[in-house]
Amino acid sequence: MKKIEAIIRKTKFEEVKEALLSSDIDWFEYHDVHGIGQSRQERIYRGVQYSTDVIERVALTIVCRDQFMEPTVKVIIDTAHTGEVGDGRIFVSDMIDTWSIRTGEHGDTVLRDKK
Amino acid sequence: MNDIALSLDTVWMLLAAMLVFFMQPGFALCEAGFTRSKNTANILFKNFVDFMFGSLLFWFVGFGFMFGSGGAGFIGMPNWGDLTFYKGDLPVEGFLIFETVFCATSATIVSGAMAERTKFSMYVIYSAIISLLIYPIEGHWTWGGGWLCNDAADSFMMQTFGDVFHDFAGSAIVHSVGGVLALIGAMALGARRGKYAKDGSSRAIPGHSLTLAALGVFILWMGWFGFNPGSQLAASGAVNRQAICHVFLTTNLAAAAGGAATMFITWLKYKKPSFSLTLNGVLAGLVGVTAGCDLVSPAGAVIIGLVCGIVLVFSIEFIDHVLHIDDPVGASSVHGVCGILGTLMTGLLSTSNGALYGHGWGFFGAECFGVLVIDLWAAACGFLLFFGIKKLHGLRVPARIEDEGLDVYEHGELCYN
Repeated sequence: MKKIEAIIRKTKFEEVKEALLSSDIDWFEYHDVHGIGQSRQERIYRGVQYSTDVIERVALTIVCRDQFMEPTVKVIIDTAHTGEVGDGRIFVSDMIDTWSIRTGEHGDTVLRDKK
Repeated sequence: MNDIALSLDTVWMLLAAMLVFFMQPGFALCEAGFTRSKNTANILFKNFVDFMFGSLLFWFVGFGFMFGSGGAGFIGMPNWGDLTFYKGDLPVEGFLIFETVFCATSATIVSGAMAERTKFSMYVIYSAIISLLIYPIEGHWTWGGGWLCNDAADSFMMQTFGDVFHDFAGSAIVHSVGGVLALIGAMALGARRGKYAKDGSSRAIPGHSLTLAALGVFILWMGWFGFNPGSQLAASGAVNRQAICHVFLTTNLAAAAGGAATMFITWLKYKKPSFSLTLNGVLAGLVGVTAGCDLVSPAGAVIIGLVCGIVLVFSIEFIDHVLHIDDPVGASSVHGVCGILGTLMTGLLSTSNGALYGHGWGFFGAECFGVLVIDLWAAACGFLLFFGIKKLHGLRVPARIEDEGLDVYEHGELCYN
């Protein structure tokens, strides 16, 4: 099993979501994240100019069987890509085990991939 | 006087009082929007305190200080809740309500400038003092028939300037007094933590909701249709009905011109039109035209609005970047600077006695002198009050409370859950 964590643009979230749902993934988590990076955005508030280094992105967390890791990564890269700096990153790590709380069974069969 | 006409005047006065009362939620929303969400319950609460204590104290004592007799035009006699001393055509209880909402408006201006760092208990004391003493006494000098508005031929004003001080609805009497107190209060408090960097440069502390601020300003704009036209205190008869319509128009034009001027100035200065400052610009135009809304022409009102909207931007920058006084909502610029400016411009742009219409400089002199003494009074009281409290008890919450928010420590309840 693999855990895929992807940081993507907020504006790309809907596209990536649709693409993931129509591929082999039937469940993933996401949350809004704030990152600090090198890029700056100029803002003005009440006559004070300032720049913010806070970058808003969406983080996705997907756990899948080994064989679905590469297709899933490819789906994300294809749909979240714009070519501009700041498209995001994908991190993949090994998962040791997983349990179903309802049935108590464990192992990668718990992940109900569509195929 | 015709009985029906008097009833019509009374209804108009009460309707206007309701509109002016509705400026309280306008101020509350505007100030809440321009400050951070950890202090929202506190700032809303302060606006309630202003109206609660203002209503009680102005009824019991302040009304007498303002409209009572005796005291040689400098102070009226306190009425101790008794209203029978007042001799006017309009029913005294309605007139008291109308004057109460103006007093509370003056009081509530300060809360925004002192936002996010003032001890609640000390704010209550300030709020009581302005409604009890500061506002009613200078109000007596003017609307109470005191020495600044004494038009007897041998009075000081007529002898010196040949004209009396004129402030139709309170650019100076209500707004500049609140604005001057706001500036001194913010100065006595010191800036919010994190507002100025070590090198002295100003940092932005964005408010938590421009939606609330915008709604507040729209409500204030509407409230001003009671504040200014209501100050005619009459609606019946050809003269009055024309006067209130004229004031309606000048009030609205100045607001629009003030906002537009600020929008274009910020567009030029910062390359982008600033919405947060444009909200202040609308209020700047409204504050500015309040003194002379009955005397200036519609074009004059537009000029007052434009000047106030432009000066506002530079005033906010000056107070923030040069004086390093932290006024989170811009109350000292909007109400103080533009209140003074509007009153002075009345002396220039009044069609009946203004200097630019060839009526000489007497009236302009009266306006300058009136603004000077009223705001010196406010400044002197402000210094004594705020620096006195600071010395005796401390005006400001401890750093930890400021960092974590006044809502949770001062009140134990949060605005947003």
